[in-house]
Amino acid sequence: MHDIHVIDPVTRIEGHAKITLHLDDGGSIADARFHVTEFRGFEEFCRGRPLDEMPALTARTCGICPVSHLLAGAKATDALCAVRIPPPAVLQRRLANLGQIVQSHVLSFFHLSAPDLLLGMESDPAVRNVFGLMAAEPEIVRRGIRLRQFGQEVIASVAFDKIHGGGIVTGGVAEPFTTAKRDAVVGWLDEVHASALATWDLLWSVTDQFADEIAIFGDFDSLYLSHCLPDGTWEHIDGNLRITGADGQIVVDQFDPADYLELLGESGKTDSYLKAPYYKPYVDGDDPRPGMYRVGPLARINNAERFGTPEADARLALLRERFGRTATSAFLYHHARVLEVIASIERIAALMDDPELLTWPVRADAGVNALRGVGASEAPRGTLFHDYSVDRQGLITGVNLVIATGQNDLAINRTITDIARAYVHGPDDLTDGALNRIEAGVRAYDPCLSCSTHAVGQMPMVVELVAPDGEVIAHRRRD
Amino acid sequence: MSRRASRPSLPVTIDGEEYLAYEGETILDLARRVGVRIPTLCQLDGLSVFGGCRLCVVQTEGDHRLKPACATEVTGDLEVTTSTHEIREHRRRIVELLFAEGNHICAFCVSTGHCELQDLATEHNVDHIHYDYEYPRNTVDASHPKYLLDRDRCVLCTRCVRVCDEFEGAHVWDIAQRGSESRIVAGLDIPWGESESCTWCGKCVLVCPTGALSFKGRSTGEMVHDPEVIAFLSRARREGEWVGRKEQV
Repeated sequence: MHDIHVIDPVTRIEGHAKITLHLDDGGSIADARFHVTEFRGFEEFCRGRPLDEMPALTARTCGICPVSHLLAGAKATDALCAVRIPPPAVLQRRLANLGQIVQSHVLSFFHLSAPDLLLGMESDPAVRNVFGLMAAEPEIVRRGIRLRQFGQEVIASVAFDKIHGGGIVTGGVAEPFTTAKRDAVVGWLDEVHASALATWDLLWSVTDQFADEIAIFGDFDSLYLSHCLPDGTWEHIDGNLRITGADGQIVVDQFDPADYLELLGESGKTDSYLKAPYYKPYVDGDDPRPGMYRVGPLARINNAERFGTPEADARLALLRERFGRTATSAFLYHHARVLEVIASIERIAALMDDPELLTWPVRADAGVNALRGVGASEAPRGTLFHDYSVDRQGLITGVNLVIATGQNDLAINRTITDIARAYVHGPDDLTDGALNRIEAGVRAYDPCLSCSTHAVGQMPMVVELVAPDGEVIAHRRRD
Repeated sequence: MSRRASRPSLPVTIDGEEYLAYEGETILDLARRVGVRIPTLCQLDGLSVFGGCRLCVVQTEGDHRLKPACATEVTGDLEVTTSTHEIREHRRRIVELLFAEGNHICAFCVSTGHCELQDLATEHNVDHIHYDYEYPRNTVDASHPKYLLDRDRCVLCTRCVRVCDEFEGAHVWDIAQRGSESRIVAGLDIPWGESESCTWCGKCVLVCPTGALSFKGRSTGEMVHDPEVIAFLSRARREGEWVGRKEQV
């Protein structure tokens, strides 16, 4: 196998990447590879910094997921200080993460993927974007913008700012919640809940049009990893982890995220800055693919029995009735994302009724009491681990960041290989529609490459088709 | 300003306006007294004059050289210009050089929003710099139980050196090495936490203009310095407010 087609840059994802399609001697797709071409380096330059700086420093990884890094970073530094944060701080952090899930999922659905879903995979690339969608369906886009605004406002209520706020700190949060903030959030709830339900109705109504994509886009067996409560309720920040298989059977349950290295390995790649984590017990040798697992909204709904909120659970039942207990197609990440938006809004509503949210103290104070600390949370794209080591004075000596997008890397490669095999049979098949489907396969995972490679920017796309002798037969680029 | 005649008597012109200055008054003292803004960084009321940062440079009639307003006493019939294109450009370049020679990353700094260097950059429209960043490999001293020294954020203004020597009398701080190698050191270049002369008073932290000195445990933007406390202490000491007597000086 050799040959390479390149999609470079990949568009409508967060970050820079390219895709190469490798042909065998018969001219068929032998392999497809997703290359992340940007490098961040946080694991290196954080060394020597004071531990209290780490949540805000690592949050600078990304302007879309700063809250996720704030939370995982703060949980890791909590562990270094060996503190249990005060209950109202727990609630505030949970609130911020729910706001983060809403705004990020809404961005992924409305701004990045809805042009494919509502205008069509084969539609004119010039208008297959959020602006084209705005012209065609202004009310839908308006709904998305308002939903995202709500998520951002919720974030700001805890973190002070919508992006890169400073309110989430070692030991808890910076300030007690106020009734004014609560009332402002409550004022949004009716509108955004209705919008989220309408978004589900919209997605559900077009699902049948994508039967082929659902069957082709990453519909394979894999493990699923996420936080999950012992009783099977959906969880997004606290507690322990669960891994299930494609058959729905629990493989590992309630393992402490701090022990992640016992179960998860990380493989490096020569053609991408993305690390590819894998489930260790299933890997014997250098090939990590047998240990492939998926994280993110699809994994969370597959691991959980229920959301624990009424409207989200009613729609989860619909999805399971249609696609089975375990949703295996990567295309269904879109559905899982919308379900999580509904559940998050319902959880936010419940938090607003919790009187403890308004109490204090909100910050535990301590020095260095442990030389290693691991923090984990569910970022919108999946489980996020921050693993810090410090010296006795609290200066960072080691950092390992295990990012959701990296954990989906093996699955993304498998997904685009499947799509390429279905739609590309040689250089003449490199049509815009085929390229877009390959991109859409990546987009289904909503990768955030800025986070995962420690880079900047949007994600344009290059595809190369490479012959067995290494010659690049075709090259398509889209900025 | 500590020495003052009973009435100002020296005629001085600042930016075309005539004022009367006291004997021994500096251009900066006079400018502040009459409400003319001259930016400063190393200068701090209550501390001795250092004149090292050169942010406060002004021009005087008949002399083409730029002079530090903080260290130049007024003379009679002096004509001072505080703000021309050349002066503003000079100050802006100084701010740029401060950024170039350190590792000043406001995004996650403990003092962001409360930083004199950041304010100076904003005042002088520094949205980029004309010099290559040096990216020095500095160290953070976290050895003190209460405080943190981040040399990446130090501008070598020596406020900490002067306040420790002149107010606390401990003289923990000094500048080691020369030129671009210069750096703040405790004692004879020992970890701060091992300094037996440090009294933990925290005045050095309060007067630091940037995030170089901070209280441990502070997160982004949470370090608010209080340099005015030194002017208060200076006046109180000068006027004997704590010992029940007044010294007229």
